[in-house]
Amino acid sequence: MTSNNVLLRVENLVKHFPITRGIILQKQVAAVHAVDDVSFTIHKGETLGLVGESGCGKSTTGRTILQLYRPTAGSVVFDDVDLVALKGEELRKMRRKMQMIFQDPYASLNPRMTVGEIIGEPLAIHKVASKKEIEERVEQLLELVGLNPAFSNRYPHEFSGGQRQRIGVARALSLQPSFIVCDEPISALDVSIQAQVVNLLEDLQTQFNLTYPFVAHDLSMVRHISDRVAVMYLGVIVELASRDEVYHKPLHPYTQALLSAVPIPDPIADAKRERVILKGDVPSPVNPPSGCRFRTRCPIAEALCAETRPEFRELKPDHFVACHFAERFA
Amino acid sequence: MPDLLLDVEGLETQFKTSDGVVHAVNGVTFGLKEGETLGVVGESGCGKSVTMLSLLRLIPTPPGKIKAGKALFYGQDLLKLSAEEIRYVRGAQISMIFQDPMTSLNPVLTIGLQLEEPLMLHLGMSRRQARARAAELLGMVGIPNAGDRLGDYPHQFSGGMRQRVMIAMALSCSPQILIADEPTTALDVTIQAQIVELVKRLRDELGMAIIWITHDLGVVAGIAQRVVVMYGGYIIEEASVEDLYGKPQHPYTIGLLGSLPRVDEKKREKLFSIDGLPPTLYEKPKNCPFAPRCKWAVEHCWNENPLLEEVKPKHQLACWVDVKSGRERS
Repeated sequence: MTSNNVLLRVENLVKHFPITRGIILQKQVAAVHAVDDVSFTIHKGETLGLVGESGCGKSTTGRTILQLYRPTAGSVVFDDVDLVALKGEELRKMRRKMQMIFQDPYASLNPRMTVGEIIGEPLAIHKVASKKEIEERVEQLLELVGLNPAFSNRYPHEFSGGQRQRIGVARALSLQPSFIVCDEPISALDVSIQAQVVNLLEDLQTQFNLTYPFVAHDLSMVRHISDRVAVMYLGVIVELASRDEVYHKPLHPYTQALLSAVPIPDPIADAKRERVILKGDVPSPVNPPSGCRFRTRCPIAEALCAETRPEFRELKPDHFVACHFAERFA
Repeated sequence: MPDLLLDVEGLETQFKTSDGVVHAVNGVTFGLKEGETLGVVGESGCGKSVTMLSLLRLIPTPPGKIKAGKALFYGQDLLKLSAEEIRYVRGAQISMIFQDPMTSLNPVLTIGLQLEEPLMLHLGMSRRQARARAAELLGMVGIPNAGDRLGDYPHQFSGGMRQRVMIAMALSCSPQILIADEPTTALDVTIQAQIVELVKRLRDELGMAIIWITHDLGVVAGIAQRVVVMYGGYIIEEASVEDLYGKPQHPYTIGLLGSLPRVDEKKREKLFSIDGLPPTLYEKPKNCPFAPRCKWAVEHCWNENPLLEEVKPKHQLACWVDVKSGRERS
């Protein structure tokens, strides 16, 4: 792929959340290493899946891209503009092009606003349409996401979870962005409703050539929706490749274990699989292990892994992995 | 059938709310054999948890009320036992583990105390005996240095560890039946795999019967021998795990399986989605509860609610339509 196809370039992104002690004289005593030196690119019209277990930094990465959290270090270049350097009005202008869909459709819609106000608010804030135009646009958007346009004066509590998530999608689309961060948009929904929302997201992507970073912990869903997949563990990307590469020829022991842990809804296929059951829990991000972050649970860890942090390298074309011994699986 | 350990017939549970009566469970009939693992699958609000809570009489009354039904366990009807008698059954003969290991442990008591309580209460052990047994139980569920951890509080354990503690507690009196209500839903995939492995191992060692409630069709495929699918307070299909996944008959089961992307998906296809929303349960339907969302619905489905009947040996179904031919079943 050529570089002018790149919509977003994230380089050496770091986000630490300080842990402070004291009430008046606050002093930083430690930091949560939520994201630690992460680099990747997203191409126009592509879906990049960001997967990992809770606390791996996937949501923080998504939010730091949008500058909802300001990064501790690193750069986020969107459409050739470094967002980290922007402030105030300039940043706000860029936000028209980048929107977000949140995980919890109950918490992300203001219960005191009508659906019409919620979906129209971005248009009003950015002053891009008159009152009349906003009304029309809201109706169009509701129709687009599969809701009845007559619902615009109802309140969020009158809708089910899946319908609320559609409202969230309509709000994200209102400014006609090119880039939408999907932060676990379906994990709060029931199985039969999940498929409805995923199909909607895919249809909208084709229709408007949208680019999605898709954050999720459900590996089956990520496989379904993504073009490329980045697997995160404890604040770092351990593997990044096309979805077929990641799912068929995973090179990182963590990816392999993660994939083998996903249950398959088929008793015969499930019984045939070989399982790698990881021991123990994810270590604390306040004190991540030295060297390779995965070494404490890794089945193939050696002394070297505790000493040196493995380089995030391109072992095969477009297949990046951060493991000293990844060659064994290539 | 005389060899049933638990025989539930026509169970009905309702809740009185300010908006009307919620018909949560509408006549559920199923059996559980000794040593068998039964999966109970359905989306939120389908009545799967309420069914099990009703059996153990853990439904808050009022607003809840068990309206009808029988639940025979060793010849005694659980629904007719006195409060004293059911208390003996709970924990000692039938025990339950819940979804959220954080809220189901008492945060101000040590793990040791919480583990010893049922042992002293149900088995009449002395404190000293109970302590020794508690350490043994913790070791059995794979907690390292079990003896030293009895003095710890729940917050000192991770989510997966807490669920292990819950399992140890549930198994402490060697129950004949273990009811697991979404025990892995709150956990990450790698931890979920650990817990599923643990329960399987303990089942084989101790030989208890398990009822595994979940919305995750993937987990059930790996652990259950027989599966019941619930929808709108009814059981709509029951079959062996191979049959249910291999030859599902009910349109809802078919839709549910189709709406799941698989981690071993061969090619990218659009997900099959079930349109519409789950029913509200304020009225007991005269029609098939799934008819409004069903592609195959014929006139009969709107006039009469189909009852669960055997369509093949050991395969029960509540549907008027033969999905293969698309015509009404004769």
